[in-house]
Amino acid sequence: MAKTLFEKIWDAHVVQAADAESPATLYIDLHLVHEVTSPQAFTMLRERGLTVRRPSQTLATMDHSTPTTPRGADGIIPVTDEIARKQLNQLIQNCSDFGVPLYNLGTENQGIVHVIGPEQGYTQPGMTIVCGDSHTSTHGAFGALAFGIGTSEVGHVLATQCLLQQKPQTAEIRIDGTLRAGVTAKDIILAIIAKIGVGGGTGYVLEYTGSAIRALSMEERMTICNMSIEGGARAGLIAPDEITFAWLKDRPHTPKGEAWDAAVAYWRTLPSDEGASYDLQVVLNADELAPMITYGTNPGMGIPVTGNVPAPSDLADDSQRMALDKALNYMGLQPNQPLIGQKVDVVFLGSCTNSRISDLRAAAKLLDGKKVADGLRMLVVPGSQQVKRQAEAEGLDQIFRAAGAEWREAGCSMCIAMNGDQLQPGQYAVSTSNRNFEGRQGKGGRTFLASPLTAAATAINGHIVDVREIL
Amino acid sequence: MQPINTFQAKAVALPIENIDTDQIIPARYLKVTDKNGLGEALFTDWRGEPDFVLNQPYAQGAGVLIAGHNFGCGSSREHAPWALQGFGFQAVISTYFADIFKGNALKNGLLPIVVDAATLARLTEQCLANQTIDVSVDLANQQVHVAGETISFPIDAFSKHCLLHGVDQLGYIQAQEAAIQAYETSHAARVNTVGV
Ligand code: SF4
Repeated sequence: MAKTLFEKIWDAHVVQAADAESPATLYIDLHLVHEVTSPQAFTMLRERGLTVRRPSQTLATMDHSTPTTPRGADGIIPVTDEIARKQLNQLIQNCSDFGVPLYNLGTENQGIVHVIGPEQGYTQPGMTIVCGDSHTSTHGAFGALAFGIGTSEVGHVLATQCLLQQKPQTAEIRIDGTLRAGVTAKDIILAIIAKIGVGGGTGYVLEYTGSAIRALSMEERMTICNMSIEGGARAGLIAPDEITFAWLKDRPHTPKGEAWDAAVAYWRTLPSDEGASYDLQVVLNADELAPMITYGTNPGMGIPVTGNVPAPSDLADDSQRMALDKALNYMGLQPNQPLIGQKVDVVFLGSCTNSRISDLRAAAKLLDGKKVADGLRMLVVPGSQQVKRQAEAEGLDQIFRAAGAEWREAGCSMCIAMNGDQLQPGQYAVSTSNRNFEGRQGKGGRTFLASPLTAAATAINGHIVDVREIL
Repeated sequence: MQPINTFQAKAVALPIENIDTDQIIPARYLKVTDKNGLGEALFTDWRGEPDFVLNQPYAQGAGVLIAGHNFGCGSSREHAPWALQGFGFQAVISTYFADIFKGNALKNGLLPIVVDAATLARLTEQCLANQTIDVSVDLANQQVHVAGETISFPIDAFSKHCLLHGVDQLGYIQAQEAAIQAYETSHAARVNTVGV
């Protein structure tokens, strides 16, 4: 029978099949761990006298509560928040007690968990990958079944390398056509979420297909899969192809020599078979897409940047009308107003959605020789120490600094506002991150989600612009 | 986990759709290394508003939250169900729940009760008209008794079994040790080359 990519990966990882009474037990190839969602799981292991079953399939990093402020004269990134320091120390202790490899703060390969997994070549096609973090969906860009889990499940995987899973349904999100200049992968995914809504993917694994997806680089594919969770999906997937293999070849942790050839031969069997069926299909045309921006307090509240904010009075459904009313109230926006020209206080370029080298290059190209608008603060936060080194080798940090932006250490930074980087109440930000929830970037802060191009163009102008006009 | 079966509780309504995990418990409260004290931070940014439902005297001691559509979207933080339970909630009623939130809730004995849109609208209206309504939940029969009506709700067989009997899911997986070992042996080429 013709199988989808999802079904092939799922079937290859079933330890014990589901039956009428119980879910399947699924084997997990790679378990990524960070400081925020793991402490209680390690505590549980201690309480029960358990060990980590497969430390060699477990990797920890620090990213969420870590500061991204520049290093001191001693070369050390200063942690001034005592509670954060306690959490970071707890991760060090846990990794040392249980033999889990850790990319400690400021070390060579440390960075955002979803940036370092692929960068180091841990993330590979056909794998099952989990992390106590919803944006684990990022790794689906490589044709791996990757999804976020809660802390109880982190404990299950640490102890058994397995998870109990109900089989999700599958959806094909097909995007054919060619992106116009100034329109990016970020705009594709914002358009998809605007179309299906933040709950539209609930219960589904999304597989992105079509000529527009095939044309994307690996980093662009990661941006798309990253935000699958913002459509409510369990995971996002893109079939591996030559672009995938070329990107992975010779990474530190990918197979080498004959093992590489064998791996690629296996990976080539993974794409969905001709005639495989999905439970749902959604179709978009890349030619019709414009740069997208959000106006509200969830990632589904997005419009083309040239559009106007919708009006609650146009909505028939009570619950939707109330939600929109509440969102506009929080955002301080008027129904039917355009967003172009909207003044912005902060531009944040970073997060696991858009902090890889190609994102920094794209923004730097626009900022080269220009200045960030007076009174606007721009933070540029590379996704990993390696991205940071690469950017510095290319002189991108000099471009950002010369433009008046802050050049930071690697981490989640203002994506999550639990590490010192945050908006002040009432401030507006254009952010390349993935969530515009109330208070996500700081209590009372107001977020417009957009692409790195739109972010850079906004930084130069001090207000939201259509990047296509300055390309 | 303590077994749960039937319970009675006062319900309050928070009729907002797509309530996300950042509202349930903002990230700045996630620096803890245990589960204590999160109930006090439940919906903390909304509790700054004097009118917010959980600030009302009648909401104190509530055990059921009647929410809008699609509750719990966003992050994987298990701190969200911990915070709801910390406040005293034993169940949340909505038309559907985000996948990760639902899984986290069930593992902690917080019951996600799915009802259809018309039922949710009716319950919300009754609750808002009376400030609170009394709800009685019967998990074994998958029913909620409220305001003279009986509403059935779905739950997967395994989660129901675990809740009714207080089954420890980790113990359940550990009991499959032989199958796990067999899997690792037969897939050695892959699992041994992950090589962290
Ligand atoms: S960058 Fe943001 S979304 Fe990504 S892992 Fe960090 S906090 Fe989560």
